[in-house]
Amino acid sequence: MNKIKIITGHFGSGKTEIAINMAMSEEHCAIVDLDTVNPYFRTADAESALLKSGVRVILPPFARTNVDIPVIPPDVFSVFESGENVVFDVGGDDDGALALGMYNRYFTELGYEMYFVICATRPLTQTEDDVTSLIRDVEAASRLRVTHLINNTHYGKMTDVEIIMKGQALCEAVSKKMNIPIAFTTAPGELIPTLKINNPLKELDLYINLPF
Amino acid sequence: MSEKVLMKGNEALAEAAIRSGCKMFFGYPITPQTELAAYMAKKMPKIDGVFLQAESEVAAINMVYGAASAGKRVMTSSSSPGVSLKQEGISYIAGSDLPCVIVNIVRGGPGLGGIQPAQSDYFQAVKGGGHGDYNLIVLAPSSIQEIVDIVHDAFDIADKYRMPVMIMGDGMLGQMMEPISFPDADEVKIPEKPYATNGTQLKRKKNIVNSLYIEPSELEKMVFERYERYKKVEENEVRVEEYKLDDAEYVIAAYGTIARVAKTAIEKLRADGVKVGLIRPITLWPFPKASFENVAGKVKGILTVEMSMGQMVEDVRLSVNGKCPVDFYGRTGGMIPTPDEICAALLKMKEGK
Repeated sequence: MNKIKIITGHFGSGKTEIAINMAMSEEHCAIVDLDTVNPYFRTADAESALLKSGVRVILPPFARTNVDIPVIPPDVFSVFESGENVVFDVGGDDDGALALGMYNRYFTELGYEMYFVICATRPLTQTEDDVTSLIRDVEAASRLRVTHLINNTHYGKMTDVEIIMKGQALCEAVSKKMNIPIAFTTAPGELIPTLKINNPLKELDLYINLPF
Repeated sequence: MSEKVLMKGNEALAEAAIRSGCKMFFGYPITPQTELAAYMAKKMPKIDGVFLQAESEVAAINMVYGAASAGKRVMTSSSSPGVSLKQEGISYIAGSDLPCVIVNIVRGGPGLGGIQPAQSDYFQAVKGGGHGDYNLIVLAPSSIQEIVDIVHDAFDIADKYRMPVMIMGDGMLGQMMEPISFPDADEVKIPEKPYATNGTQLKRKKNIVNSLYIEPSELEKMVFERYERYKKVEENEVRVEEYKLDDAEYVIAAYGTIARVAKTAIEKLRADGVKVGLIRPITLWPFPKASFENVAGKVKGILTVEMSMGQMVEDVRLSVNGKCPVDFYGRTGGMIPTPDEICAALLKMKEGK
């Protein structure tokens, strides 16, 4: 059976960019845009890049249009039959994770990895208590367990070692407290050699860009 | 300054308002500004403030009217169709000389239009979307950090001139994230409000907040007085960014996020030897007329770029008063002009096509 990866986290933590990068690095992979929370800056914006690298893209029917209709496309179910790898890009917080509920049976039967993305520079997820309680809320809403953490702490183009390490300390504290491993830490390529971090490091290619 | 946090425009608007002493928020959800209300809903109860999701935008703006009458710092926010619904209340607030802050995160219109970014509410904001002789002070930030600074000032200016202040952004500014820091929290100084209907304590005569005047002469006198204040606003509160004007042969006029797209276009044009500068109105009313007057005699032309069919361009034309050609390039309905499109429009103007 092929891999199911579910990307959850706080609103604006970087779930979509991480989901896109993960999908592009897998063979025979589909990506599901399951964001029912926010119609802006979503997987759909990277559709052509995803298609170009051979990823099957499953989008809500009104994504990227002028209406805000948070519906879930019926063809999501096809990924459980096709045997391909799949990455679920989920909406923010427990509100977004709620949309996973209807697939619970498949996740439980087929197995899954559920990632929780932490960006420690985002408001409302800067302390161990805030992050652990959000993880518990996401788990309760999705009826699934978070299996991995991702440290995606950054300042956009102003990201430096100091801020990544600050996010790393938070992630390590959460990891220890909840006994959830850190899958990887994201960092700009030029900073990677200078980072003293025990878990894997990854540079993200960014696909959701502003027009300036 | 506080340590940097990564915030969406909508979240920054909410947090900056709270830090400016705003303890009351009344609103109604609408894309693309809903995160502002959501942030207020989470934060206000923690700071002993009030968040109330009203039954409609009409109700929300009238709650703002009430809270402002009682002397409270108060905010409401919405997006285009919702701001249309608020217009009656805004006119009453202006007619009662009350301060408040109204946020419009503009989306495509008219009608329900769409949820993607637009700037087509410029006329509504600066020419009086409601009825009667009045003005709003309209502030148009172009970055998340600028939002933080502008929100703080918006409450102060509103109190100073007893006027409603509108902060106008577009869906992109509301939704995008940038690292920002907040000014160190020194104590917020909210001025005395002797007009507030907050109980006489049997120590003063009762205050009445009202926009109805039985005698036409009295109403005229009130409006005249109000316009004396507007004159002071025009003298003191104009804000504008002038960028690379020194050697500029052409100028792009743009506000909000489009000014940032224009800057990218300007870098490209300059790399090709075309000397272009930017005038970015930060206050849309009062409009930075002087900046345009100053360049009108010197440059070969001004290109106004907007996410609309051409609204601010009228104020640019009024300001230059025929002294130089003014062209327009716009996209609308939720489409965003690209740097390449702006370059092409400017070159077209340069070549006189």
